[in-house]
Amino acid sequence: MSPTGNAAVSKAALTGLTMADVARGTVIDAERETVSVAHAVAPQRQYSVNSYGIRIAVHEWGHPDNPVVFLIHGGLDFARTYDVFAPMLAAGGWRVVSWDQRCHGDSEWASLTNWSADLRDAAAVIDHVSPMADGPVAVIGHSKGGAMTLRLAEAWPHRFSKLVNIDGIPSNSPQPDVVDAMQTRLASGELSTWLDFRQMAGKKERKPDTLEGLARRRARMNPRLAHEWLCYLVSVGAFKSDDGWRWKIDPMLRPGGFGPWRPEWSLEGMAQLSVPLLAVLCEEQEPMGWATRPRHVQRYLPQGAELVVAPTGHFIHIEAPGWASSLVLSFLGSPT
Amino acid sequence: MTVTFLQHGRVSLALHQMRIGADGQPSLLLLHGLGSRTPEHVPAQIDAAWTGPIYGLDFTGHGLSGVPTGGGYSAELLMADADSALRSIGPAFLLGAGLGGYVALLTAGAAPQRVRGIAVMGGTGLSGGGTRPGSEVIAVPAARVDGSTPDPFALLELAMDVRPPNYVASFVRRFVADNGSDQPVSVCTAARPPWLAAVVEEFGVGVVSLGEALESFARSDWPTGEVQP
Repeated sequence: MSPTGNAAVSKAALTGLTMADVARGTVIDAERETVSVAHAVAPQRQYSVNSYGIRIAVHEWGHPDNPVVFLIHGGLDFARTYDVFAPMLAAGGWRVVSWDQRCHGDSEWASLTNWSADLRDAAAVIDHVSPMADGPVAVIGHSKGGAMTLRLAEAWPHRFSKLVNIDGIPSNSPQPDVVDAMQTRLASGELSTWLDFRQMAGKKERKPDTLEGLARRRARMNPRLAHEWLCYLVSVGAFKSDDGWRWKIDPMLRPGGFGPWRPEWSLEGMAQLSVPLLAVLCEEQEPMGWATRPRHVQRYLPQGAELVVAPTGHFIHIEAPGWASSLVLSFLGSPT
Repeated sequence: MTVTFLQHGRVSLALHQMRIGADGQPSLLLLHGLGSRTPEHVPAQIDAAWTGPIYGLDFTGHGLSGVPTGGGYSAELLMADADSALRSIGPAFLLGAGLGGYVALLTAGAAPQRVRGIAVMGGTGLSGGGTRPGSEVIAVPAARVDGSTPDPFALLELAMDVRPPNYVASFVRRFVADNGSDQPVSVCTAARPPWLAAVVEEFGVGVVSLGEALESFARSDWPTGEVQP
């Protein structure tokens, strides 16, 4: 179960993919990979960055003198979900830097969190690793991390050279037909549940389980990921105490939520981007996926952006890390 | 005035009992504006018009309440602050100033069983961050962050809080539908940022003076409630 130093790429990973393949709307019929935890590599350097008093855990793969590419994880995930994908990018000549967002992984549990805070933390890490004088850098994000890449590039267009968004573009597609009265009741129930949760949140602990039990629970949200891989995630994303394993993620966080944010605002922000963008969506829908289809986003893609649909579920870089890293390395170009 | 501290998440909230009030009379909870705090004394106009208990809540990062490290504020978080206070004191009328008025409406829509009526008056933070976001910005506080209140992160983030009119209007609709009285929401300020202009158009919302709103609340036929779980 322990990470090895072997970042082998399985046979489906390198299929002669070129940028011609990543033309807008193209569906690449890549062979599905089998991911083994034997491919996982622990970060070579780990340290923390102080973001306005919050300790942010940073993880790095690859030679420290190589050009930097940042990797941003998704909500309820953590940087070490990149333990297979990141070493593949590092093998391509990059210094790969990821961090655990506040309340995730090894970073500090903050009392509050929101998008502004996440962007501020991201900026603190980016500034620490690669000051503005070093020039623009590439950034890759998955899911919520993908959405963060768009907002970072809108705020700091001068700091980024390339963006890769892995299934992190929100969809403004209409929700399934639900009559207004039912929508109101659903929303009321959600609000009430959220308020009840908030009242107890300060006293909550993650539920303990065996390592395998925790992996099986995660499988409810990640039904497409192999049990072996989920067990590996537990081994690096959870901690063991006397009564069992618990995820490191802050128990005050919960999936879902509500608020005034509208997905079209993110799409309109994306349309204004000037940084080259590779957007990767997935074919297969699953609980943590965003259900975004090419038709939802195509008219918002900025000039020159590339859109690729992966033949996988939401966790493209975990289901097919070789395929995904090949695609990304091709888009990033030479690290020199 | 006595202060009780309520634990909300990892933050300690200061709930001020400003006046005990007459037995059997409904409670009034004051929600302050952005960067403000519960006043030391009950304002004269409220003192004259209200006979029941009066409370004031210091929102997270304000007054005597705790200051979280590294920001992360939202109006929805403050809504949960107000809900914590209501769970402690029982159903009450809400009088919100500026940001506190916006939060009062969110709270009433999310927990209508704990709110009897709302009055929105002018105050700091009434406008918020507009009806939709502007160009993206990575926002950092202008002042030193040292744990004192008001927290510079609160001032920054809550001033940027986006308020689409149909969002808060949906909370008002939920509250009015559940409340049962003819006009449970009073708007007592001439200022009309777009979100408040939308609220005024909703059924069950009246535009009245603060004195009229308080009189109307005092007259309303509500049983004195027990604390709702």
